[in-house]
Amino acid sequence: MNDQVEEFRSRILERRPLRLRGGGSKDFYGGPLRGEMLDTRSHSGIVGYEPSELVITARCGTPLAEIESALAARRQCIACEPPRFGAATIGGAVAAGLSGPRRATAGSLRDFVLGVTLMDGEGRELIFGGQVMKNVAGFDVSRLITGSLGTLGLILDVSLKVMPLPAAEATLRFELPQDQALDAMNRWAGQPVPLAATCWQGDVLTLRLCGAQAAITAACKSLGGERIAETEAADFWTALREQTAQFFAGDEPLWRLSLPSVTPSLDLPAPQLIDWGGAQRWLRGAVDVASLRDMAAKAGGHATLFRGGDKTGGVFSPLPPGLMEVHRRLKQSFDPYGVFNPGRLYPEL
Amino acid sequence: MTSQHDYAAAAARDATNPDREALLAELARVLPAAALLSATEDLKPYECDGLTAYSALPWAVALPQNDEQVVAVLKVCYARQVPVVARGAGTGLSGGATPVVQGVVLSLAKFMRILEIDPLARLARVQPGVRNLAISEAVAPHGLYYAPDPSSQIACTIGGNVAENSGGVHCLKYGLTLHNVVRLRVALMNGDVIEVGSHALDDPGYDLLALMIGSEGMLGVVLEATVKLTPKPRTAQVVMASFDSVVDAGDAVAAIIAAGIIPAGLEMMDKLATAAVEDFVHAGYDLTAAAILLAESDGTAEEVAEEIAAMSVLLEQNGARQLRISQSEAERLKYWAGRKAAFPAVGRITPDYMCMDGTIPRKHVAHVLTRIAELSAEFHLRCANVFHAGDGNLHPLIMFDARNPGETERAIAFGAKILELSVDVGGTITGEHGVGIEKVRQMCVQFSREELDKFHAVKAAFDPLTLLNPGKAVPYPRHCSEYRLIGSAR
Repeated sequence: MNDQVEEFRSRILERRPLRLRGGGSKDFYGGPLRGEMLDTRSHSGIVGYEPSELVITARCGTPLAEIESALAARRQCIACEPPRFGAATIGGAVAAGLSGPRRATAGSLRDFVLGVTLMDGEGRELIFGGQVMKNVAGFDVSRLITGSLGTLGLILDVSLKVMPLPAAEATLRFELPQDQALDAMNRWAGQPVPLAATCWQGDVLTLRLCGAQAAITAACKSLGGERIAETEAADFWTALREQTAQFFAGDEPLWRLSLPSVTPSLDLPAPQLIDWGGAQRWLRGAVDVASLRDMAAKAGGHATLFRGGDKTGGVFSPLPPGLMEVHRRLKQSFDPYGVFNPGRLYPEL
Repeated sequence: MTSQHDYAAAAARDATNPDREALLAELARVLPAAALLSATEDLKPYECDGLTAYSALPWAVALPQNDEQVVAVLKVCYARQVPVVARGAGTGLSGGATPVVQGVVLSLAKFMRILEIDPLARLARVQPGVRNLAISEAVAPHGLYYAPDPSSQIACTIGGNVAENSGGVHCLKYGLTLHNVVRLRVALMNGDVIEVGSHALDDPGYDLLALMIGSEGMLGVVLEATVKLTPKPRTAQVVMASFDSVVDAGDAVAAIIAAGIIPAGLEMMDKLATAAVEDFVHAGYDLTAAAILLAESDGTAEEVAEEIAAMSVLLEQNGARQLRISQSEAERLKYWAGRKAAFPAVGRITPDYMCMDGTIPRKHVAHVLTRIAELSAEFHLRCANVFHAGDGNLHPLIMFDARNPGETERAIAFGAKILELSVDVGGTITGEHGVGIEKVRQMCVQFSREELDKFHAVKAAFDPLTLLNPGKAVPYPRHCSEYRLIGSAR
C-alpha cells in the first residue's frame, strides 16, 4: 500500500494541477474539473474497526458501500447517512462533506470525523486528530479538511465516529401545506421525541422516527399521521438520500438552499422539496442567481447550484472579503503550488 | 513559575517602562477608566487561571463593555505589537488564559447578556461572558437546555468553552462544544470582525467554525455565539455499579457500547476518588469497590426503563457485584453531585493537585490505570482517577504539596509520563481541557515537526504577527528539542 502513497507523492511533487477523484460520483458538484486526474481508488481498504470503540478507520479509496456494509454487520452506521451517489469513496465523501436525511438530528459528516491523514502540497504526510472521541490537541484541522472539496490536500486515511443502528424505526405521513409543515417540523424538533428526519414535498410531510422501540411506539401514538410500511419507508429515505426520487429526475438545474430551519416558506417560481427540518430546501429550475442568493442571504443562509445549470454565476455563494482572505492564506499554507483541485470550490482557491 | 519576589522586581521595572506607559495611555483613550487595570494589586487576580502552578503578571487588564471597545483594544495592541490574552471566567485547567508578561489580558467578563432566545429554532444568541449553566437556566421554561456540561459549568463562560471545546459528562450522546455551537462573531487580532457558521446548518467555504472551536484563544476573540438548544429529556435515571477490579469495570463499559447502547452518561471513578468524594458530598458511593460506574439513561419513561434494564444485565454479566438504580430525581442528582465534585473533593485531601486530561482508546483503560498506579508508587505521589468512560477521557488527579521542595516538579514529571502513556496507546494528550502552557511540550510527543509547522501556519492565517495568546498550545521547534533532551537524560 505504501507504493500507492509514494505514487501519489511523486504526482504531487510534479507541482502540476491535479484533479483528485475517488469513485467520480460527485463529478457534477462544485466548480470546473481541472488538472490531471489522480485516482484514489488504488488506496483502499478498512484499516481498523472496533465496534466497541465506535471508531472505523479506512483508506481514502474505500467505497462508502463497503464501509457501511462492514458497519451494518455489527449493527452500526454513519449516522448522518452521507450520499453514495453510486460509487462514492470515503475520501470523496469527506472531501465533499455532504450529509443525508438524518443530518438535522444526528449531526453532519464533519461532526463524525475524528481524524485524517493528509498529504499536503509539498508531499508531506500529516496526521490530524486521531481515533478517539475527544481530542483538543492542536487546531481541528481534520474538520477543516471536511468539505474543503479536496482543495487543501489529498486525504489518505479517515477515522470516523460510528453509532449504533437505531433499534427501531417508523415513518409517518401527514397531508400539510408548506407553512404548516415548516411549523410542525420545528415544533416537533423542540420536543423530546425520537425525530430522525423530515421531508416535505407536494403538500405531504414525511417524518422518520429512530430510537428505542418503546419511544417509537409512544411517539407514533402522540404524533398521529399515517404509518408507512417498512419497505416503502426505507425506499423513500434512500431515494431522498441518493437523489433518485422523482423530484430529482431530469436535467433542470438543481439548487440547494441552506437556511435557518424557521425561515418562512419562500415565494419561488420553481418546485421545492424541503428536508432537514426546514433547513435544506431543494429547488428545480432555472432561476435568477443574484436574486436567489440575495433571498438566501437575507434569510441568513446561502444558495448552491448543486447539479446542472449554468455555473458561470459561481457554484457557491461568494464569501465576504475578510473571510476569503483567511481562506486564501489557509490554501497557500496547505497547497503553496496550487496543485489540489484548483477552482473546484472558488476560482480564487 | 514566578515567585512573589519576582513580581515586585517585575512591577518596579514595568512601572518605568516607556512602552508600557505609552500603551496604557492609548488604552485609556479607548476605554472608560474603570475598564482598565494597571496597578499591581489590581492585576494580581488575573495572574493565573485554574492552572495555578503557572502565573505571570501582565502589563494591563482591559475589561471592555462592548464590541467597539474590544476592537479598539485589539487595534491598539496590534499597532504596538503587544500580545493579548483573552479571558473568560478563568476556570481553565491548562493555563490557556495565563497572562503573557508585557502583554494585555482582555477580559470578556462584562459580556454577560443573553441576547436572544428562539425556542422554535432551538437557538440562543449569547455574549461570550455568559456562564454555561446560565444558558440552561434561561431556556428551561421552553423545555430546552444547553447540552455540554463541564464540571465547572456554574462558573465557566461560553467564550471559554469555545476556546477549549469543552465537554462534560454527557458528551458521548450529546456532543462537545463543537457540536453545540453553530455560529460565532469573532474579532481578529487586527481588529477585523468576521462571522463563522450561521443559523443554517452549513456555510459555503472552509469550516472555519470547527477551526475556531478549541483554538484556545489563538485565532480570534469571540464577541458573540449562537448555541444550539436541546429538548430536555422527559426523564432520566442512573445506575451505579460496584466492581472489584478496574478491568471488569472497563469490560462492562465495552459491553454496553457493543450492545448498541449510547448512555446519556457513563462515568468511572476509582477507589481513591470515591473516598475523597464521599467524605465531601455523601453521595452514597460504595467505598469498598475498586471502581464504580455511573451509567445514565434518558428519554421517555418507557425508553429509560428498557435501557436501564438492558444495562443492568450487562453490568452484572461483567462482574458488577452491586447495582443501585436511582429511585428519584433527587437521588439521581446526588449520584452525579459526587462525580461533578470530584475535583474539589480531591482538593480537600491534598494541598495541591494537578488534573490530567488524556483520552485513550477505551480498550486500554485497564493497562493505563495499572501503569498510572505503578508511576504513582515511583513518584511517591497519590493519584485518584475519574474517567469519562464512555468516550475514553481520563482525568488522573495527581496530589502533591507545593511547599515540599521538588514535589511540584515531581508532579509535573508524573503528569508528563501519563500524557506520553496516552499517546503511546493511540490516544491524545488532551481530550477537553486544552493544551495551554501546561501540555505545550507534550505536543512534541504527539505531533511531528511538519504537523506543528502546519498549526503555526493555521494560526498565521488568522494572526500573522502571532500576538493573540502567543506561546500557548503549539510549541516551537526549540521547545521540542529541549523536551527530547530532558527525556533522554532521564
